[in-house]
Amino acid sequence: MARKLLLSLIVAAGTFASVASAGEDNIQLKEGPGREIVETRCVACHSLDYIEMNSPILDRKGWEASVGKMVRIMGARIDESEVQTIVDYLTTQYGK
Amino acid sequence: MSSASEGAGVKNNRRRLILAMAGSAGLSQAPWALADRGIGPAGLPEGALDSSEYDTLPGKQPLIKRSWRPPNFETPVRSFNDPYTPNEAFFVRYHLAGIPQIDAATWRLRIGGDTAETPLELSLAELQSGYPHVELAALCLCSGNRRGLSKPHVPGIQWGHGAMGNALWKGVRLKDVLAKAGITGRAVEVAFDGADTAPIDATPDFVKSLPAWKAMDENTLIAWEMNGEPLPHWNGFPVRLVVPGWTATYWMKHLTSIDVRSTPSAGFWMAQAYRIPKGRFPIVDRFVSQEAETTTPITEMVTNSLITNIRDQGIYRAKTPLFVRGVAWDGGYGIDRVEVSIDGGRLWQAGVLGDDLGRFSWRQWSFAFNPEPGEHVLVARATNRIGATQTFDLVFNPAGYHNNVVQRVRIRC
Repeated sequence: MARKLLLSLIVAAGTFASVASAGEDNIQLKEGPGREIVETRCVACHSLDYIEMNSPILDRKGWEASVGKMVRIMGARIDESEVQTIVDYLTTQYGK
Repeated sequence: MSSASEGAGVKNNRRRLILAMAGSAGLSQAPWALADRGIGPAGLPEGALDSSEYDTLPGKQPLIKRSWRPPNFETPVRSFNDPYTPNEAFFVRYHLAGIPQIDAATWRLRIGGDTAETPLELSLAELQSGYPHVELAALCLCSGNRRGLSKPHVPGIQWGHGAMGNALWKGVRLKDVLAKAGITGRAVEVAFDGADTAPIDATPDFVKSLPAWKAMDENTLIAWEMNGEPLPHWNGFPVRLVVPGWTATYWMKHLTSIDVRSTPSAGFWMAQAYRIPKGRFPIVDRFVSQEAETTTPITEMVTNSLITNIRDQGIYRAKTPLFVRGVAWDGGYGIDRVEVSIDGGRLWQAGVLGDDLGRFSWRQWSFAFNPEPGEHVLVARATNRIGATQTFDLVFNPAGYHNNVVQRVRIRC
């Protein structure tokens, strides 16, 4: 699974205290179209409980703003074509 | 994959089980039964309550995990019954997930900038031996504490009441170190960077600045000790900034460099983040060099209080003295009084203040009464020495800062 692989790479690189990884490995996002892209892109910088924690409080506009901030300010490497898929997934599965 | 729905099922089952147990105990309303999971106050987003759990970072006791990476862990309210929050219980808050283990022997602090005429670099031993030591009590409170209670909810870490802690900090005055570095009158801001980094280079580094006057305040410290022990790793080892009265965003952890500037710091974390709408809060300290047309950086804490030993929706014995305990704090003027209501805010009585640990510390308080049978709504309201008090209605702002709405604790006796 892509996320597991990416997580283990991040841990191996030692860029953060690896103790935190055991817990985040158990996070299970809801099944739905786009989940795989969300998991692989978002997990590069933060655990996926950020998504669960911020639900269900954002509508589509709110998730667009949130993903937009990640791309424009935080520098997330997300292709333009993927942004819509990610926003759709977050709105459908974790929107208000 | 089916495991996702199974995971959700487990949580639902757990909730149903708790409800079933509550039912067998003869309680009629579900909210009362769910009160004591200890994960957060009623009113947090459902997803925040569901994804939070007690977990243990190395060197810490179990805390309320809000996010794994970067680690954001909240102190349970019951830990606030001590005058000083134990280091193992102290909350953890990071923006960036790259958090190095620092070797104190090789750690260096660089002080320079365009208005520092004699830049220098200090080892921990040089910092500790070169300047007078200062110890003071101060509350460290995340700007976003209680964000999870914002109505409407706003995105961010969905903190309950526990993104704060009171501690005794030991270090040296920042002003003494800045003097050694030759700070000049042209200094406008002093900017601070820590050792933590983002996983990708494109993310703005977490750099925070103070106005020069606040940096030169005799109470602003470079600290290496917390409650008589070295700073815990998760709270900034080996050295962090302590900015008494101001919210914790300025209390840079794992401090590595200090930049004395003639110009405002323009980075994301100053220019765009940690801002409040101008003119909405009773704030004294201004941060003039960072003020924009409609927003200004958050500065000192607003007057606030918390009931620490009574569970919301808890059940207590009637006609028996009930001792209510709590803490109250402000932006550094000191607490003048705490009033308590047992009827939701109609009648108020004076609480008893505990020891004065200094004007930057929180102040413990207590209040005792003989509850009649039935439901009561406890409300506490603090007022500081310049007359600033708490609000009854939320002053909404997009980042959920400065939530000092009086807390309402419902009990049944």
